[in-house]
Parts: sequence; structure tokens; C-alpha cells
Amino acid sequence: MTETLTLRKTALNAVHRAAKAKMVDFGGWDMPVEYSGLIAEHMAVRTGVGVFDVSHMGDIQLRGPRSLAAVQQLCMNDASKLAVGQAHYSAMLYPNGTFVDDVVVHKLSDNDYLIVINAGTREKDVQWVRSQIGHMPGVHVNDFSDYYTQLAIQGPRAAETLQKLTSTDLSGIKNYWFTWGQVCGLYNVMIARTGYTGEDGFEIYVPSDTSTSARVWHEVMAAGAEFGIVPCGLGARNTLRLEAGMALYGHEISDTINVLEAGLGRYAKLDKPSFVGREALLGIQAAGGPKRKLIGLEMIDRGIARDGYPVAALDGTRIGEVTSGSPAPFLKKNIAMAYVPVEHAVVDTELAVEIRGQLVKARVTALPFYKKPKKSAQV
Amino acid sequence: MSYPAGYRYTKEHEWIEVDGTTGTVGITDYAQDSLGDIVFVELPKVGDVLEAGKIFGSVESVKAVSDLFVPVSGTVTAVNEELVGAPEKINTAANTTWIMKVELSDAKQVDGLLTAAEYEAFVSEETGH
Repeated sequence: MTETLTLRKTALNAVHRAAKAKMVDFGGWDMPVEYSGLIAEHMAVRTGVGVFDVSHMGDIQLRGPRSLAAVQQLCMNDASKLAVGQAHYSAMLYPNGTFVDDVVVHKLSDNDYLIVINAGTREKDVQWVRSQIGHMPGVHVNDFSDYYTQLAIQGPRAAETLQKLTSTDLSGIKNYWFTWGQVCGLYNVMIARTGYTGEDGFEIYVPSDTSTSARVWHEVMAAGAEFGIVPCGLGARNTLRLEAGMALYGHEISDTINVLEAGLGRYAKLDKPSFVGREALLGIQAAGGPKRKLIGLEMIDRGIARDGYPVAALDGTRIGEVTSGSPAPFLKKNIAMAYVPVEHAVVDTELAVEIRGQLVKARVTALPFYKKPKKSAQV
Repeated sequence: MSYPAGYRYTKEHEWIEVDGTTGTVGITDYAQDSLGDIVFVELPKVGDVLEAGKIFGSVESVKAVSDLFVPVSGTVTAVNEELVGAPEKINTAANTTWIMKVELSDAKQVDGLLTAAEYEAFVSEETGH
């Protein structure tokens, strides 16, 4: 296969292939889409623990005395509220309020921020960051994307799994906080209580040489064995995030969709004096808000909505489009997210999805579809 | 992957087992493996008159939907109702889990289909291994 030669590989590529993972081209990356089976992997994360190689994600570091000012200009959330060791969901916007990318900003120190970005937008994001703040004195931009193997250990048993491999007390790390600790004998590994599954879990950032990466992967697998850990591919990652109502770049968010349409306005801190996209969002608000909105859909009649299928009113008038749609393995329903005009974006409204020429009834549902149960005690 | 030698195959990954003028149709091991966990099979109706090469139903996995193509023209005499409640049976036994039975209108069309060896060669060419 000649294409394989041009696809990018993570340090764990050989490990995935040895595990007989089904590999796909994901935004130019040769990535595992599933190992034992998508449904089994999805269920392991909801009920036990699973591990994902997410090393294809990018990492931009901003350092220097003006790094906070740079983050504040680049990203819509208010990074001045972050403490050292804290992270938050944010996004980089174009001046018109649409998305360059959604990101997670980590405050490493007062003068040091790590922005985790999507794989498919890595080059574009790095260029964008340089074009927006590269001229600012007192900020140094580094693309550390290839420095880390990033593993996501996710599920209700994730903490117990990872705890076996580190002396750091994981119960001291709250959701969306992180610390550095010894993991698998490696010093100063970044351990973040973050993820993209709607479940409790951690993401760890280890050196990206192949032998270290493979060793950590295998140690995580061994530590999780008693909890039924399975390696998980991008297929389960997608259905997990869809159940959790989380946006995916190129689907729910893109350079043609603005923050208010996407329902992510709560992360856009318009009271900040300035950030790229702020004026456009204020303008949309002043004009009465967005004209279309992201909704959740649950199929009423038999049928599976897929990305790109038209959404219609019950009389057949097309009003929008599905951005992500799939069977939901844990909820055992067929669900989707879609954009429709605001007048239709009302919970319990009955709409239809046009599935291969046929109108199939669906109900507008509140997002997220799935919320993890409250736990009495975390490890 | 295994492809029974007695079956004939399409390039769209259906198999057909012919006994006289009756054809039994399913999807190949390669097809079920590519699709992954199958969650829905859209069956034809008994009595449907089908034309070779046309779509007669679909198979949906969690991640994709795939049309089913008629291998040989004929009339549907039975559909596998078991697949309504247990579509995943195709994943566990693609070669023996049939989707429909067809009374063939022109049994000679079978000769135009791939043999197991030809199908296997076609698949390895398509996937590069």
C-alpha cells in the first residue's frame, strides 16, 4: 500500500498493528479505528476502563512574560482565571467568530501555557498562532506536538488503573486539573484529569520515543487487566464523545460555524477586553442571537442518522443537516447532532431525518445525551 | 477470513450459494470485518422481484452503512427474520448467516460471478495485502 508511506504514524503504530487493530487514514494519520470491536471498546470505557493513543493531538506551548496576554488574545475563554495546574476548554476563533479549532489550555506556570489542539488542524493552528501573536515581544511559541506520546486512560476504573503506575495521589487531581509525577518510572510526566469520552479519566504525556511509548502502553494494559481494560480506537472515541454531546472539529464546529450557533457561548468570555472573534460574537448577540443552533436528536422510528443527512420538518421541508450521527452503544438509541433554525431547536419537537430518501421521525433532545453517574467516592 | 469454495461472489462483497434455481445470499467475511459491529439489516420483502446489480437492502454497523447488491436476478422467497433482532450474527458467522433466498430467473448469470479464489484475489488487491 503506497499511501501508508505518506501517512503519519504515532510512536505506538507498531504496537497497534501487533494488536491487530484495524487502521484507517484519519486526517493524514495512520490510526487504529478499532481493536476488539467498537461496541466492546465503548462499553469498557463506560463501565470499566479503556486506553487510547491520542498522540496525534498537537501541543503548542507559549512561554514568556507575555504568554498570558497571548493566550487571552488567541483563545475565547478567560485564562486569567486559571491557577497553575489547571486547564479549561476554550477555542481559537477567526475574526468572524467561527472556529480555527477548539482547544484545551493548561497553565503550566505563570509564564508558560500548553494549548492542546486537534490532529487534523495542527499545521493550520500553529500557523494561526504564529500569525496572531508571533510578533508579540515576550512570548515564545513552540510546537511540541511530536515531543509527547499522549495516552488517554478513560472510564470509571481509570483512576485505579493509573494509580498502580504512579506514586502521585490521583485523588488529589480534580477534573480539569493536572500535575507532574512519576509514571512507570518516568519523572515529571504530566498527568491531567481530562478526556473526550464523558467519563472520568486521565491523559498522560510521556516522551515520544517508540520504546518508552510502547513500555508505558503495555504497563497501562497490565495495570488495567484486572478491570478488563481494552485498547480503544477512534471509532469508540467518536461514539463516546457523541453520547457525551461533545463537539468534533469538522462536524459540530468549523470555520463556517460560529461559537453561539455551536452552543459554546458559555466558554466565550465576552467581558474580556479583547480576543480574536469577540466583536463578531457581540454583533451576533446584539442582532438577536444566532439564526441556527446545534441540537441533539434521538431517532423515534427505526433508522440511523449519519453525518451529512438532511434534517427536515415533519412536512418534509429541509431545515438543516446532521453533523454527527450514530447508534449510541451505551444508551442503545440512535442519536445525532444537527444544525437547525432556532425556531425548531426546541426540546421535544418532532423532526425528521432524511435517511436515503425516506423521512424518519426524530425528537429534539437536550445535550448531552449521556452524563456520567455521580460517584460517591473517587480514588 | 474464509470464503467457501462452493459459493460465488460479487465485487460488492455478497456471496451466493446456488442449489438448482434457488440462491441463498449473504455478505462475505471481509465485508463484515470491514463494517465492524453490525447493528441493523434492512431486509427485502418476500415476493420482491430483484434485478442483478440493483440494491436490495442495506447493512449498518455502528460506524457505517453499506448497500446490499443483488448478485443474480430473481424473486425473493425468504428473508432471514432472525437478523431483525440479532444482526450481529453476521459478525460471528458471515458465511452461514444468510440474508435472503431467491428463486433465480436466469441461473446462467451465476457464471458471471467471481469464484472464491477470484474473490480472494480481488480483496487482496483492493486492500493491498
